[in-house]
Amino acid sequence: MTELPVEYLYILSIVLFILSLRWMSEVKTSRLGNWSATAGMAIAILSTLAAFQIQRTDLLVGATLVGTVLGTPIALKVPMTAVPQRTAMSHAFGSLAVALVGAAEYYQDLPDIDLFTVSVLSAEMILGFLTFTGSCVAFAKLQGLIPGRPFVYRGRNLVSLSTLGAAVALGVYLALNPTQEFVLPIMAGLALLFGLLLVLAIGGADMPTVIAILNSYAGISAAALGFVLDNKVLIVAGALDGSSGFILAVIMSSAMNRSFANVLFGGVGSRITAGSTSTAQAARSVQAYTPEDVATVLEDARSVIVVPGYGMAVAQAQHVVKELADVLQRRGIDVKYAIHPVAGRMPGHMNVVLADAQVPYEELWEMDRINPLFPETDVAIVVGANDVTNPAARTKADSPLYGMPILDVDKAKTVVFIKRSTRPGFSGVDNELFYLPNTMMVFGDAKEMLTELVASLKRRGGSRQKG
Amino acid sequence: MVGVSQADVVVNLLIFLIATSLGTELIRHVSRLLHTPLMSLTHAISSVSIVAALIVMVGPKNDFILTLVTVAVALAATNIVSGFMITDRILRLFRRRQRK
Repeated sequence: MTELPVEYLYILSIVLFILSLRWMSEVKTSRLGNWSATAGMAIAILSTLAAFQIQRTDLLVGATLVGTVLGTPIALKVPMTAVPQRTAMSHAFGSLAVALVGAAEYYQDLPDIDLFTVSVLSAEMILGFLTFTGSCVAFAKLQGLIPGRPFVYRGRNLVSLSTLGAAVALGVYLALNPTQEFVLPIMAGLALLFGLLLVLAIGGADMPTVIAILNSYAGISAAALGFVLDNKVLIVAGALDGSSGFILAVIMSSAMNRSFANVLFGGVGSRITAGSTSTAQAARSVQAYTPEDVATVLEDARSVIVVPGYGMAVAQAQHVVKELADVLQRRGIDVKYAIHPVAGRMPGHMNVVLADAQVPYEELWEMDRINPLFPETDVAIVVGANDVTNPAARTKADSPLYGMPILDVDKAKTVVFIKRSTRPGFSGVDNELFYLPNTMMVFGDAKEMLTELVASLKRRGGSRQKG
Repeated sequence: MVGVSQADVVVNLLIFLIATSLGTELIRHVSRLLHTPLMSLTHAISSVSIVAALIVMVGPKNDFILTLVTVAVALAATNIVSGFMITDRILRLFRRRQRK
């Protein structure tokens, strides 16, 4: 069916895709990587168009035009804080496209369709459709269209899993009885419902893992389509996307010390604080400070580590964080940023938000590299992060956070924690850090507090002579 | 396109497994700094599924099938255009420290 030259061109595409991932490993070559993948895509599409004569050029041109008109503004206008939403939306589009092609392929091949083809198509459609609605819900949560907190009810896992079970059972039935056309829409409907239920029950802070898992599903369903069409470029591209999503999901969930199953079915963030509310806690008090107090401490500091979290992006405080770093650096103070793997709403999100605020990437430090530096650091400033700094993860075996790798903020000589209130973080667990004697709590909006802090430092005049 | 031969399936499975292990190895070496653009890039690459839609578009049996694949082409095209463009936009943000 496909002629040989196309197959060779597909191999060229595959090589370019693989090289692009190779070049993505470091910043220096990353843009080349993106161009290489773009070239690979162009070759795959153009050689397909050349080899197969599509009669309906009107529809082809129309669809491409729609894609360009929709895609261009999305790519150019989306703010970096909203990149997770854009990613969820693209997973929704990609998986729906794959599921629709799967359905089209099924109807096209009827009635002479073999067991293997229908089996793979069923699996591919279930995965594609559930990824579509799952990604739509993820988009809605990230965009704030629906509440980010998990939607949980008694027996929800039973309901979700039986929905999936029914979809799979229908898939098997369809594979054995390929001509029973009526099964397909029901199976698709159940898969759509399952995706909806699955992600509705997951909270906002688990989005980095969820997005990575959905990314993996979208890739695997594309690869499955490649099996049906015997198309190698599709198999490889899908496998690359699938494995990338999988690795990122593993990194994300291990950074939370949780399993996939726990992320998908655990419903964390909905629980009422349990266990960690000790009686001693009521007696403990936090020390509240003003930005002015913090400026006084910073004046004598030599090294500062900023610990940003999603709250910083929500408050749009990244630009004033950068301004603070500039003021400090002018005073000869060393400034670094500590990035926890799950900071933000998708893998690597915090790096992108800070890079957008013109923070040079050498100042962005990964958790494992920066943790040994906290004990020698004068001031750690926590902006919009919470659970990832909670020392209970290291010390309190009964804490739900116990075992989660955290940033060792508490080891810094002074900790400045900017926060709206003492309300616990997403996990519902109180943060031990608030009560430490070396912690200065600053209550208020991150952007306002940091703006005051910067103003206060500026009032105190120019660069300090280091002695 | 009826039936995929057994030999093809075996070869394709082999390709899938090799690509997965290669992908896993390559992704492990990507700096954490770049995980966001990495995800937008790999997902843009997987939109090569547009090729599948185009192939079905050559000879659809009826208008329903034609509609399904035309919508799929529009969706995949959106992902390709926005995916590569936003990846480049993100990558351009990563800058080195300027000497002061």
